[in-house]
Amino acid sequence: MPINPNAKLVSNLLDLKTIEQAPTRKGYGEGLLEAGEKNEKVVALCADLTESTQMHLFAKKFPERFIEIGVAEQNMATVASGLANYGKIPFISSYAMFSPGRNWEQIRTTICYNNVPVKIAGSHVGVSVGPDGATHQAIEDIAITRPIPNITVINPCDMHEAKKATLAAVSIDGPIYLRFHREKTPVFTTPDTPFQIGRAEVVWDPEKGSPSSDDSGRLSLLDVAIIACGPLVHNAILAAAELEKAGIKVRVINNHTIKPMDEKTIIQAAKDADAIVTVEEHQVQGGMGSAVAEVLARNYPVPIEFIGVQNRFGESGAPNELIEHFGMGVSHIIGAVKKVLARKHV
Amino acid sequence: MPHLHDDKIKFLEQKANDIRQSIIEMLVEAGSGHTAGPLGMTDIFTAFYFHILNHDPKNPAMEDRDHLILSNGHICPVQYAAMAHAGYFPIEELKTLRKFGTRLQGHPHRGSLPGVETTSGPLGSGLSQAAGYAYGARMDNKKFRVYCLMSDGEQDAGNTWEAAMFAGKNKLNNLTALIDRNNIQIDGMTEDIMPLENLRAKYEAFNWHVLEINGHNFEEIVNATEEAKAIYEKPTLIVAHTIPGKGIKEIEFDYKWHGIPPNKDQAAKFLSELRTLSGKITSGHQ
Repeated sequence: MPINPNAKLVSNLLDLKTIEQAPTRKGYGEGLLEAGEKNEKVVALCADLTESTQMHLFAKKFPERFIEIGVAEQNMATVASGLANYGKIPFISSYAMFSPGRNWEQIRTTICYNNVPVKIAGSHVGVSVGPDGATHQAIEDIAITRPIPNITVINPCDMHEAKKATLAAVSIDGPIYLRFHREKTPVFTTPDTPFQIGRAEVVWDPEKGSPSSDDSGRLSLLDVAIIACGPLVHNAILAAAELEKAGIKVRVINNHTIKPMDEKTIIQAAKDADAIVTVEEHQVQGGMGSAVAEVLARNYPVPIEFIGVQNRFGESGAPNELIEHFGMGVSHIIGAVKKVLARKHV
Repeated sequence: MPHLHDDKIKFLEQKANDIRQSIIEMLVEAGSGHTAGPLGMTDIFTAFYFHILNHDPKNPAMEDRDHLILSNGHICPVQYAAMAHAGYFPIEELKTLRKFGTRLQGHPHRGSLPGVETTSGPLGSGLSQAAGYAYGARMDNKKFRVYCLMSDGEQDAGNTWEAAMFAGKNKLNNLTALIDRNNIQIDGMTEDIMPLENLRAKYEAFNWHVLEINGHNFEEIVNATEEAKAIYEKPTLIVAHTIPGKGIKEIEFDYKWHGIPPNKDQAAKFLSELRTLSGKITSGHQ
């Protein structure tokens, strides 16, 4: 199988029946607890959503370092700014719709312009929030955070990566935005899977020595690269496995760090494949795919198809049902690959 | 027991006059900026930088210094002038206000000028930063005090009241806030734009200890900050009644001077008024 062995993924990667399922926010909760154990400067602030953001683990272990703010996200961001300015390392948690949604200007001015190390954890991103409906489904949060100078933006792909990203966030002396998902999603990485902020990981790559030829007769090791972030990386892998059966050579990249982006890996993928599909649970405007397009337009322009929410609000429903309805399922990714391949040598 | 003797009061009055002159000189040079607020807050900034704060202008990052957090960043000319006169940086640098490459940004930026404790300008977010700072300091049993200077206009903002609730709940006795109660904001009088009164009762209801003072009386300013140190169960709010444009008779109380600088002719007239103490003395300065 063309799984990148260096990625150290689970062996039952493609088996939806047996693969472990857990929400990324759970990895955040565990990571925050461990960060608190390792570093006494770590403090945690929550806006009346302690358990659903998984901050309760930290709050229980370190009550003297947990600060309940109430339903006041602007206050949470600015109190955290003051705490960080003093010398603490504050994590702030709410639903992403409210933080960094409602408190955007406070994050921009008092955290990012001040350049103090506040760690913003936005939970419940994407339409997969499910039954709560569009009011609580943050699908614009990447777009509003990534243009702010000094901030790092990360969308972990599963529970293990969420934990690693949370722990790594402490080591960055500046603001960071971590986006987490409510729903259980496949845990396809392992504790041994490499994770480094700012380095995209190739999780699926065709086996060497099996080049295919395209319509122009040119030999190529790769037909298309899928650049994904968040739990949809798993859908991208499932799509790649299907495409592989049809003889289409696919590379899948887990592009967890949206800012600063691993431009080298992205450009190399464009050079190797000459066609890109981006996949994210976010509006396609201003999201991770847009950031990839910015990199490639400057360096190595190739056709790109964008999987994500297409300028619509979400709605109530079951998570998987909504992923399908809004065009982010495996079949949609396969469709986008075929579309971009058709554009490739026109 | 009075905290200030007469000589100190005279010294502070002279410093305040110097700072007001610097404010006029800076604003006319910059060609934009706010006039009324800085002049109205000059006596308070003078009291802080020349008496109240435990700080070291030659070592702005001094461990355990008192922290002055300016929430309404638009009155920064008075903070810059007070800092320069206190010795943080050369008085000559005040003329760079708002110019390209300056450390004296149009609204204060923490990363630009040592001694500026936070970035501010967008209204309503200073009190919560000060509260966060005070909360962190108390976790570590620090003894220094955190001061937050606010405008009355930014009492319109929800974030201010979120912070007031937070500080009251957590009994942040190391936090003293001060509202520049000058009754004006950009669009007019505060009570016409969005009535704020009864400010005292509102903050008291949020579990604050509230004092009201004449913001141009050095003894009252200093006594209030001293009283705040003795309040153990609550943060303290000082409502300082001030006169916008204080020191220049023709612009005092005029909200139209909130957001504009004097032109050259006006500046010359204003400086003359300050240098002669409103005509009380005559000198070669005229």
